[in-house]
Amino acid sequence: MTSAISVAGLTRRYRDQVALDDVSVEIEAGSITGLLGRNGAGKTTLLRILAGQEFPSSGSVSVLGAPPAENEHVLRRMMFVREDQAYPDIRVGSALRAASWFYPNWDARLADSLTADFDLRPNKAIKRLSRGMRSALGIVIGLAARAEVTLFDEPYAGLDAVARQVFYDRLLADYAECPRTILLSTHLIDEAAALFESVVVIDRGRVVLEAAADSLRGVATTVSGPALAVDEFTAGRAVWDRRRLGSQASVVTVGQLDEASRARARSLGLDLVPLTLQQLVVHADGWPASPEAANLEGVGA
Amino acid sequence: MAGLDEGTPLFGQVAERLAAEIADGGLAEGERVPSTNELAAFYRINPATAAKGINLLADDGLLEKRRGIGMFVADGARQRLLAQRREHFVERYVRPLLTEATRLGIDSGELIATITECGHEQFSDSRGGVAV
Repeated sequence: MTSAISVAGLTRRYRDQVALDDVSVEIEAGSITGLLGRNGAGKTTLLRILAGQEFPSSGSVSVLGAPPAENEHVLRRMMFVREDQAYPDIRVGSALRAASWFYPNWDARLADSLTADFDLRPNKAIKRLSRGMRSALGIVIGLAARAEVTLFDEPYAGLDAVARQVFYDRLLADYAECPRTILLSTHLIDEAAALFESVVVIDRGRVVLEAAADSLRGVATTVSGPALAVDEFTAGRAVWDRRRLGSQASVVTVGQLDEASRARARSLGLDLVPLTLQQLVVHADGWPASPEAANLEGVGA
Repeated sequence: MAGLDEGTPLFGQVAERLAAEIADGGLAEGERVPSTNELAAFYRINPATAAKGINLLADDGLLEKRRGIGMFVADGARQRLLAQRREHFVERYVRPLLTEATRLGIDSGELIATITECGHEQFSDSRGGVAV
């Protein structure tokens, strides 16, 4: 694979706090990657360093083959849309024009159709826009720039579910037309999950999982039913979580279940419900310490 | 992710949906199948995932690539898919049915009677007659 972004041994410290701790990650060129993790996990710090807006304490970062910090050649080929982006006191149309001068691949037709999709009026002052509309403006600029590397950091503050769906649809459509490297950080994992070709999960400043998104589907399953049957079925399997209520039990097992195991679960009267990507991320803190970590790493290869 | 479920890889589900459409005759042999980007937009999934689903069927010989035009349903694809489904019929439908029947204490005589009765209703329905 060709990497558009390479991060090796990256650490970022603030006074008494470690925001990123020895992070190494490769983002494949031309893919859509999800950057997932809880608030405060280090997602924004990582994106800011990739965008050259912050410096590593140690380690190395390369975007499109070179360190991004103060590197005009790289920065013009990448786009960073942050959560709650601040704008100067200008109108929507002026912001779009300014962006069109800066980004060499700017697509004016795409910008027009996106502003229409989001109902953004060019002569409106940005400071009069609602929070959601300001987010929409960031998304329009982020997509229309058609930068070789596009970083979206939770770009939809204040956008409702309908507008977010517009964002996902337009992102996919434009990516299909013009494939490029897109890294999207989000905590709305389930609604964005199908967009991703791969995912990187960060927990407390460390990368705990790097995998092909599709390979994570069904990697963990909630098995529930009569406690005796649940125990019988899960014996010898890696288990993350065990709950019991009276004679009923519910257990999260790790590892793909083959057809024979599924048939056996059915005959034992057990319900199998796969964990969603979001639920997998919730369990992220259990990964590094547990023996199943090795099991999951194999999945990502 | 329009109508796809959690738990099984998406590319497998895309392949399954296409295979079902071919088996049901919705996609005729020799007909062009939707492109990667069309599938991605329809199911709201990553185009690479959609491509993997198509390739699964192509590797199986159910689809064939015509250079520069796209993917088409191969000759004989429908018959092969129907044969596969027949093979899986017992495993997928009959065994779970028997498991549940056992759990409910329905014996084989009662089960056969029920199936016969349902069969009468369904077949008279599908022939445009009135259900009894």
